[in-house]
Amino acid sequence: MMAALGISLRDPAAWVFLAFAAMTVASALLVAVSRNIIYSAYSLLLTFFGVAGLYAFLDADFLAAAQLLVYVGGILVLILFGVMLTHKIRDINLSNETTNPIVGAVIAGLLFLVLAYVSMRTDWQVVDRGPATPTTQEIGRAFVGKYLLPFEASSILLLGALIGAAYLSRHERKKEA
Amino acid sequence: MPLAVAANNMPVASLEWFLLVGAFLFACGIFTILTRKNAVSVLMGVELVLNAANVNLVAFSRFVKAPATLGPAGIELPKGVDPHLVYGAPWIGGNVFAAFVIILAAAEAAVALGIILGIYRNLGDVDVDQVTGMKG
Repeated sequence: MMAALGISLRDPAAWVFLAFAAMTVASALLVAVSRNIIYSAYSLLLTFFGVAGLYAFLDADFLAAAQLLVYVGGILVLILFGVMLTHKIRDINLSNETTNPIVGAVIAGLLFLVLAYVSMRTDWQVVDRGPATPTTQEIGRAFVGKYLLPFEASSILLLGALIGAAYLSRHERKKEA
Repeated sequence: MPLAVAANNMPVASLEWFLLVGAFLFACGIFTILTRKNAVSVLMGVELVLNAANVNLVAFSRFVKAPATLGPAGIELPKGVDPHLVYGAPWIGGNVFAAFVIILAAAEAAVALGIILGIYRNLGDVDVDQVTGMKG
């Protein structure tokens, strides 16, 4: 019974995992269906926290920290800036309209069903990797070893994104008459 | 100090749990992208999809057997050099890929916000249905 569930409910850590998974799923659903864009943005905060918790359960300590720093500290703040800057401050309801919710729900539901079916039916070749070890050192080695070229390319990408974002969002300089 | 390791070294939940959470995040993200009119909401959907992909990558990195070869084929290391020190552990690939996805997501969010602010300045709205012209 317990083995069939894939989770041992007598283990307290399993309940913590279930709490994180439930938080992730519920807040992602709220992001998708909330009528108010501010609620969507703050639900996204909970989703990112939940995903960071899932990383911790997957022994990816570096990624859990990076998730909190980059997503919660960076991207979410950017998105909140976007929400605030693209609405008049006096707007009471920051509307978040949807179009064709039925079509979208059918497509998303079918996608979820297919993905869930494949996940459950595939005979995954799971191996025991041994006790969890810190991943930061290994990621660092991989970055300057096997993945050196993509690492350097991503640094150029970040530079390009920095310049591009500054260029796109700069104030138009009025042409002097 | 190992993180969340059950008696048999494996995480408390099986691979399928993580895949299901990832699939649900992906479906929510696709629904958000398809149905929202507000460009910032569409961006949120993109972030959900990227997170779903990341959950899958890290889960496979943790659970599934890593390839036996460490480095690129056909390249011999000098004698006495530990391939582990040059290439990293073979199982780390999924984590590294997820780190790249996080880097890309940060760059993408910054540029997308710049574009959205430009649209707002030009059109006074961020409704993706109204952005139909290529040249403002």
